[in-house]
Amino acid sequence: MPALAFDEMTLSDGSIREAYGKLSEWLSAAPPDLLEYRVKEAELLFRRIGITFAVYGDQQAQERLIPFDIIPRIITNPEWNALKVGLEQRVRALNMYIADVYGRREILKAGIIPDDLVFQNEAFRPEMAGKRPPHDLWVHIAGIDIVRVDADTFYVLEDNARTPSGVSYMLENREVMIRLFPELFSRHRVAPVEKYSDELLATLRSIAPRSASADPTVVLMTPGVYNSAYYEHSFLADKLGVELVEGRDLFVRDDVVYMRTTEGPKRVDVIYRRIDDEWIDPMVFKPESSLGVPGLISAYHAGNITLTNAVGTGVADDKAVYSYMPEIIKFYLGAEPILKNVPTYRCREPEALKYVLDHLPELVVKEVHGSGGYGMLVGPHATKEQIELFRAKLKPRRRASSPSRRSRSPPAPLTSIPASRRGMSICGPSC
Amino acid sequence: MLSRTADNLFWLSRYIERADSLARILDATQRLASLPVAYGGKTNEWESALQTAGVATAFFAKYEEANHENVVSYLAFDRDNPSSILSCFETARHNARSVRTALTMEMWDAINGAWIELRRTSDRKLAGEELTRFLTWVKEISLRFDGSAARTMLRNDIYDFSQLGMLLERADNTARILDVKYHLLLPDKDEVGGGLDYYQWSAILRAVSAVNSYHWVYRESLKPWLVADLLILNDQMPRSLASCYGELVRHLDDLARAYGRQGQAQRLARASRVRLDNADIKEVFQGGLHEFITGFISDNNRLGSAIHEQYLA
Repeated sequence: MPALAFDEMTLSDGSIREAYGKLSEWLSAAPPDLLEYRVKEAELLFRRIGITFAVYGDQQAQERLIPFDIIPRIITNPEWNALKVGLEQRVRALNMYIADVYGRREILKAGIIPDDLVFQNEAFRPEMAGKRPPHDLWVHIAGIDIVRVDADTFYVLEDNARTPSGVSYMLENREVMIRLFPELFSRHRVAPVEKYSDELLATLRSIAPRSASADPTVVLMTPGVYNSAYYEHSFLADKLGVELVEGRDLFVRDDVVYMRTTEGPKRVDVIYRRIDDEWIDPMVFKPESSLGVPGLISAYHAGNITLTNAVGTGVADDKAVYSYMPEIIKFYLGAEPILKNVPTYRCREPEALKYVLDHLPELVVKEVHGSGGYGMLVGPHATKEQIELFRAKLKPRRRASSPSRRSRSPPAPLTSIPASRRGMSICGPSC
Repeated sequence: MLSRTADNLFWLSRYIERADSLARILDATQRLASLPVAYGGKTNEWESALQTAGVATAFFAKYEEANHENVVSYLAFDRDNPSSILSCFETARHNARSVRTALTMEMWDAINGAWIELRRTSDRKLAGEELTRFLTWVKEISLRFDGSAARTMLRNDIYDFSQLGMLLERADNTARILDVKYHLLLPDKDEVGGGLDYYQWSAILRAVSAVNSYHWVYRESLKPWLVADLLILNDQMPRSLASCYGELVRHLDDLARAYGRQGQAQRLARASRVRLDNADIKEVFQGGLHEFITGFISDNNRLGSAIHEQYLA
């Protein structure tokens, strides 16, 4: 696979692509121990700031440093502009699809999406049927994973419309890079990212319910310090200048949400929640949840609180819906999708399933509801046992009505990029 | 600010202060226990260390004998003891992590660094010089934490709550040291002036780092009522009850001003402060030192509950 992959810096004839010219020059001029030294410096910085994430089920390293490569990946301005338009189109379509699924269900009536993809979807929330969140916006914050396969082609690998995470790593990454490589930044004109938190705060304030005051109160809700992304939650709350709350800090009285403060109860208008639907209100969802706030959904239906993202958005981001995204974009926007999907076989379709079973070692297989690298098979890197395990999972069940739960992406030979250490070079965001 | 944040800050600094106190108590005990029997008398110093730390009952549920090894292990490194130095630092670090955004980088560094370091040292049986070095290190952590707070924090409610926790804990610790040793300070004892008492008094001072201060303030050899005066009523002595309450009143007033509201916490703190202001050490002894101290400890606990009710719940 590495041999076939398109390298983002060096073309097959050995020449350097234009975007990487200055970086390549700098790299070849830099003494090798300089890079090693800066890698250490970066790790020290990360450790000191405490940028960690937890890996569930990994007792040894409860708090790990985020993997970080100091060689930058370059995306040119025209490339970024094209991506931007494509991403905006995709998120707009996602929003329209979710509004439709919980509203008039035109796309189902038109026969474009099979009913069971919605109604048998674990992330479908019947509680939201017929409901409209404030401003009819569902996905305020989306995480669209992109991979690159050659000079001109970017694929969307995955849509995250529930509670996407990771933006703090991007922001801290940039901070560290600027500290470690000021000379690289002065040679390139790098688009800044530091406005992210201001824009996020402006967005969050703009979506407050109409009943909120002119100066709405925004909070960020975390499941707590044991959550794998806790560092990010505290980082974002700090950048936004909003309170980082847990469920027990909030309570609902007469369908209004308050937080407990040292000055007494304070009304809350917008909750940027980093906790999944199922845990958010024990009176409606999992009754055993102690992370949520009893009565929150009732306040939500009364229109007194905005939840970011809205409840039920997961219906749009699993891997089965993903394969329909081109049709979804066409249906709502009447336009061709600007960003392509990775070619995908839907295992619910018998012919596709047969192909997949015959070519497992070459394919990436994902469970429809898996995320973050859990519940997937990377054929070319898998052992025989792993492949057989997935083959068993894929065999058609005898029950005629059972919808196949998995779909799969094809062999996506991702591009390679230069990296400071061996073994890290061919990974796109999701592998 | 969120009540939970204030609560975390309050307890965070309480635990750092508690770890510091434990280190001083162990230090003083180690010195006292190493004196020849002729000077040390018959009392078991290690047991009295447990009483000062308020964990004697829990200790004897686990151990038979209060000796050097058992007590050091229980007070310094035992995870079953929620008030051991190790547990204090772990809880403090956990609290710090939940209120990262309310701490300055320097404060976080002090706690996080201590936690990382302690995970390397724990489970070791420390004795003699090694133990002394460890206790010095613990005291340095609290100095670093306090110093960072003093030098880097905004003077707002966040600061007030962290100071309240520290001061309440400090007053409690000083009072407990006095409570366990009060009989040594009573004037009507046979052995007055004997070797045993002298070293006991100096151990009391050492437990609050006040040996030198004593001499600067009174310019006299150790007298039990002056030791009591220094620790209870002397405003200049940062670990005295009077000084702690002067500061507690100040921070509670700052909060009341910032929030535009007074409450039970302000009233209780002021009442205790006035009582300490008007007290005279002779009268304290006449009324009963033991009664005075136990009365203070329960008032101090009442103030803790009032702060909790008013701000942290």
